[in-house]
Amino acid sequence: MVQNLSRRLFAGLAASAVSITLVSCGGGGGGDSAGKFDGEVKVGILHSLSGTMAISETTLKEVEEMAIKEINDAGGVKVGGKSFKIVPVIEDGASDWPTFAEKSQKLIDSDKVAVVFGGWTSASRKAMLPVYESKNHMLFYPIQYEGQECSRNIFYTGAVPNQQAEPAVDWLMKTYGDKLGKKVYLVGSDYVYPRTANTIIKEQMKALGGETVGEDYIPLGNTEVAPIIAKIKKAFPDGGIIINTLNGDSNVALFKQFKAAGIDPAKYPIMSFSIAEEEIRQIGPEYTTGTYAAWNFFMSLDTPASKKFTSDFQAMYGADRVTGDPAESAYNMVYLWKNAIEKAGTFEDLDKVRKTMIGIKFAAPQGEIEMFPNHHTSERVLIGEAEASGQFKILEDSKKAIPPIPWNQFVPETKGFTCDWTKDRPDAGKFKM
Amino acid sequence: MELFFSQILDGLSIGSVLLLAATGLAIVFGLMGVINLAHGEFMMLGAYVTYVVQSVFKPMGGVIFQLYFPVSLVLAFIVTGLIGVLLERTLIRQLYGRPLETLLATWGVSLILIQLIRSVSTAMMLGIIVGVAAGLLVSKLLRAKFSLKPFFTYLNGLGWALSIVIGLIAVNVFDQVRPLAKPWFGPRNIDVTAPKWLQGSWGMIGTIELPGLRIFIILLSALLLLATYWFLNKSVWGLRIRAVTQNRQMSNCLGIPTDRVDSITFGIGSGLAGVAGCAITLLGSVGPNLGAAYIVSCFMVIVLGGVGNLLGTVIAAMLLGIIQSVIGSGTLLTIFPDMPAAARGVTEFFATTSMSLVLVFIFIIVFLQFRPNGMFPQKGRSVDA
Repeated sequence: MVQNLSRRLFAGLAASAVSITLVSCGGGGGGDSAGKFDGEVKVGILHSLSGTMAISETTLKEVEEMAIKEINDAGGVKVGGKSFKIVPVIEDGASDWPTFAEKSQKLIDSDKVAVVFGGWTSASRKAMLPVYESKNHMLFYPIQYEGQECSRNIFYTGAVPNQQAEPAVDWLMKTYGDKLGKKVYLVGSDYVYPRTANTIIKEQMKALGGETVGEDYIPLGNTEVAPIIAKIKKAFPDGGIIINTLNGDSNVALFKQFKAAGIDPAKYPIMSFSIAEEEIRQIGPEYTTGTYAAWNFFMSLDTPASKKFTSDFQAMYGADRVTGDPAESAYNMVYLWKNAIEKAGTFEDLDKVRKTMIGIKFAAPQGEIEMFPNHHTSERVLIGEAEASGQFKILEDSKKAIPPIPWNQFVPETKGFTCDWTKDRPDAGKFKM
Repeated sequence: MELFFSQILDGLSIGSVLLLAATGLAIVFGLMGVINLAHGEFMMLGAYVTYVVQSVFKPMGGVIFQLYFPVSLVLAFIVTGLIGVLLERTLIRQLYGRPLETLLATWGVSLILIQLIRSVSTAMMLGIIVGVAAGLLVSKLLRAKFSLKPFFTYLNGLGWALSIVIGLIAVNVFDQVRPLAKPWFGPRNIDVTAPKWLQGSWGMIGTIELPGLRIFIILLSALLLLATYWFLNKSVWGLRIRAVTQNRQMSNCLGIPTDRVDSITFGIGSGLAGVAGCAITLLGSVGPNLGAAYIVSCFMVIVLGGVGNLLGTVIAAMLLGIIQSVIGSGTLLTIFPDMPAAARGVTEFFATTSMSLVLVFIFIIVFLQFRPNGMFPQKGRSVDA
């Protein structure tokens, strides 16, 4: 009897498991293809909707859908006198880098999309790059990254180090250099972005006459930071500057354990490069209050465009949601592409779109940005201090957008190199100035 | 000397987190021989229980809110323990003596739990309840009429398929009601705030800072360990559990209810995982993927310590903690400032968090070459599967 009961219960569990799966796959679809458009243009959206990165990347998908909806509601894109409805084809990169490459191929070959918006981690971008280069197609990548790349087939709408890390280090030295000495301690996740960013910061510190007293990396997802705390206390017994390039969950561990160990932002100023409003919400504002972050957009930015962006997003996805730099950047790239194809009069002739893209401007939530010949956008640089409300108080504002420098000028290997896709030369992606 | 003590304290605190996470698994894996890959997800459930308790206590504010943590420790044990018993009764029980199938099935359970936490909403919960209730009812009705017919099994299966459809329809119907469709937690990480008395430092001994939550976790893991030891060695049920571990058939013959012993053992193991999950909300982030970060270290501790031995688990956890903290913080360089250049280079190379973990794994691999059964192998009759 007991045997039978448990067999039935087991079957019940299996049944409920199946129903969960079916439910999570169902829904969606539909939509009104009204007759007001002359045609459709397909675009690919490729972000991790499952796995570790889903937490962050889902927001990008949502914000891209919002931009597409806005454009469609306003009558679609007008190309060559006709209006087209944008139809997104959404794929899941599943936080797995080879999957990003496969799905890119699928979007290009079988869905015949005009452009792909996608990626978050540098690893996913590196995996996709060969696909777009070999098929001579077009990818928009929205996240701040380490630079040192300039592909003909990728447009980058996030910051490169000279639009985020370098101004932040300058600001730290200006503000704390006299009080705490020109010394920094670097903590980062163990993968390509933090390591490259820290190489650049170390070279910059050397150029500023400062010193990097320590450097430590934690594997992604690791939550034990006791040894790092011991090392920081040894290096800076009386306080010092910490630069944090950790990504993901480790940040929560870092801030919680810092607080317990008495590492206080007043004595130990911390500058983070991967902590935006969404991350603060997850860490808990009481742990991050008083720490700094450098971005190109803050939700607290007090301009009409910024306020409209946030209120539109909250109207669509819920009043408890927050916007931030990555979301803003993902929003911008959809509009940059729209403006370019409208100007070019085609979305199929990718070479023409690519040429037209250079110099395209967009009145973004952060202010006006422009696509430069090196396929990166200019960005406003903001430095903020996290407050108890979970928002940032803006302490430093470049006001105007700073032009991008993808090949870093502090690192000896790339010093003097530049990238200009308007030049008709085979090495336009990287050549000596 | 001060350096020595601060290192030991760091090592103990890393080790006690490992120990806390591994104690439950030591019981489930050590005493029952069940490779429970969903152990990490039980920790995750414990962490979510903490979150729920915190949300309930938050509006009360003041002193009462400061007390939410002990309450959630107890509740986390009870809730995850009960879920563990349910899992044992329904699934694990079918798979005793088949380690490979257990491994795959518990892995599947862990995926289901992760996805459940991500997407559970009131609508989905109601749908699942409707589906399971319909299934049980249909199956009962069918049993009453056709239980002797040869095609009963197929009919029963058909009945369950029907109830799945009913459950699905129910979920979709409930989903139309907006307040019901809102996910409880969502896929994002959630914020669990430690109570004030655990956030800061608890003063100094000499120049050594005593971080409150670290000391708390060390005390908590010691307490749990003592309780587990007492339960296994002094209580009646502990005696029965040990008897079943040593010889299932003989215990059965002597009238020990082995079924219930299995359920209780698994429930306690899961409950301990829940408590560990509750405690690690103090240290790190809380999200659906929380378990993945700990499951490997748990197995590492148990394999090193020797399966089925609590003392081994303690020593292994502390050893790994101390290695990680001494190597990772580069203390060897401070203790021996005059070491030769080559040794210095090697030490510096390993003196980062990443590399000290690599070194820990190298240590375990080498160690297991010489002691394949861990530090304290089970003597005598092997654990019956």
